[in-house]
Amino acid sequence: MTMRSRRVLFLVAAAIFGFLFVWGLSGLPSFGDYRGPYGIVLGQIVMSERHTTEAVGATTFDYRGFDTMGEEYILFAAVMGLVILLRELRGERTEEEEEEEYPVHRRRREASDALRVLGLALVGPLVVLGIYIVVHGHITPGGGFQGGVILAAALILVSLAGRYPAMRRVRPIPLVELADAGGAAGFVLVGLGGLIAGSEFLYNFLPLGEPGTLLSSGMIPLLNISVGLEVAGAFVLLISEFLDQQFISGLGEE
Amino acid sequence: MTVLQGVLLVLVALGGTAVVLVRDPLRQSIVAGVFGLLLGLLFFAFQAPDVALSQIVVGSLALPSMIVLTLAKLARLQRPDE
Amino acid sequence: MSFLPYAVAAWLFLVGLYGIVTSRHLVHLIVCLTVVQSSSYVLLLAIGYLAGAQAPVFADIPPDTPIVDPVVQALTLTDVVVEATVSALLFGLALQAQKRFGTVNPDEIAAMKG
Repeated sequence: MTMRSRRVLFLVAAAIFGFLFVWGLSGLPSFGDYRGPYGIVLGQIVMSERHTTEAVGATTFDYRGFDTMGEEYILFAAVMGLVILLRELRGERTEEEEEEEYPVHRRRREASDALRVLGLALVGPLVVLGIYIVVHGHITPGGGFQGGVILAAALILVSLAGRYPAMRRVRPIPLVELADAGGAAGFVLVGLGGLIAGSEFLYNFLPLGEPGTLLSSGMIPLLNISVGLEVAGAFVLLISEFLDQQFISGLGEE
Repeated sequence: MTVLQGVLLVLVALGGTAVVLVRDPLRQSIVAGVFGLLLGLLFFAFQAPDVALSQIVVGSLALPSMIVLTLAKLARLQRPDE
Repeated sequence: MSFLPYAVAAWLFLVGLYGIVTSRHLVHLIVCLTVVQSSSYVLLLAIGYLAGAQAPVFADIPPDTPIVDPVVQALTLTDVVVEATVSALLFGLALQAQKRFGTVNPDEIAAMKG
């Protein structure tokens, strides 16, 4: 099919689809006029029932905890699939063989001093920020997903600003894989705690504590931490697989 | 609807269009980062700070870096002598 | 004016689809897919928005304040994270396509498949 006939076909289809889409959307209540019952109920009960000041966190990890578990495993499976794809692409040679053939110092032009100083200076604050966002997920906006990506970004920054060997040292792959898998398993283990406590899966069985303090909301902080571990592990693994590709196949130049 | 929300909605629509119309993937990674940031600002205006945070970290940090790394790898694979 | 958020959601969906249909590069195509998906964020959050309500965080507001719907926000949160991981997987598949077919142009891949 030529590009032109494809465009014509798309425009016809899009016009019909767009009409139906807008027609469907026009039946919704107008913007700002929300009438759903669940949000209103949740807004009234999260504070008294779960001692959580963060209604979104309570919804994600408690009221909709089972769905979030499914989402966590989508993330886990997708990252595992990507790692398998990329390792297959890398071929049979191990990292040690690559190391012998092409010594590390030849692989990469050094980053400029300004970039390195700024990048390394940011690593510490980013780690603190990431941990802060993970553990305060049940009090203020944030949580395991957001904080996990920030933690991963800190480690990636080491690899961009520092040298490749430095990155390899702070990023022991088995440990990262362990964090990824342990975080994914931790969610289920916390959920099983509800069963052991004599209720249903993912029942909030821990003491609820004082609202607005770090140790409150029962199991929600625990779930946030396990998700944070998993997301940080998953993203570090993902980016470092891409980076290894980079270093291992881009050899012998410069 | 507040003025801020209206302005941000228009900017998001324009940003999405720009992401699609930029054909060079390397330039697109920058435009996509800006688009992710605009979406994050819109979500703040929609009173959704949680979603805004995750949109900002994903849309303007994770996604562009993955695009750039994929393109770098593609360029190596496309070199005929390798 | 109150239809504007829905119109923006529909526009993002259609413009992203246009990019996918006319794309000549798999990476470009994947990024267009994220534009399509961003339409769902705008739509979900627009549905849950209540004029004059506060963000659903009670850390600094009294417990009986009206809030915007936390359920759609939790859904959107899931949506954003899934988008990131799915596009990561798709980038990996694009690299495989380059290795197996020697091109990342979807048209040429289709041509080679016959």
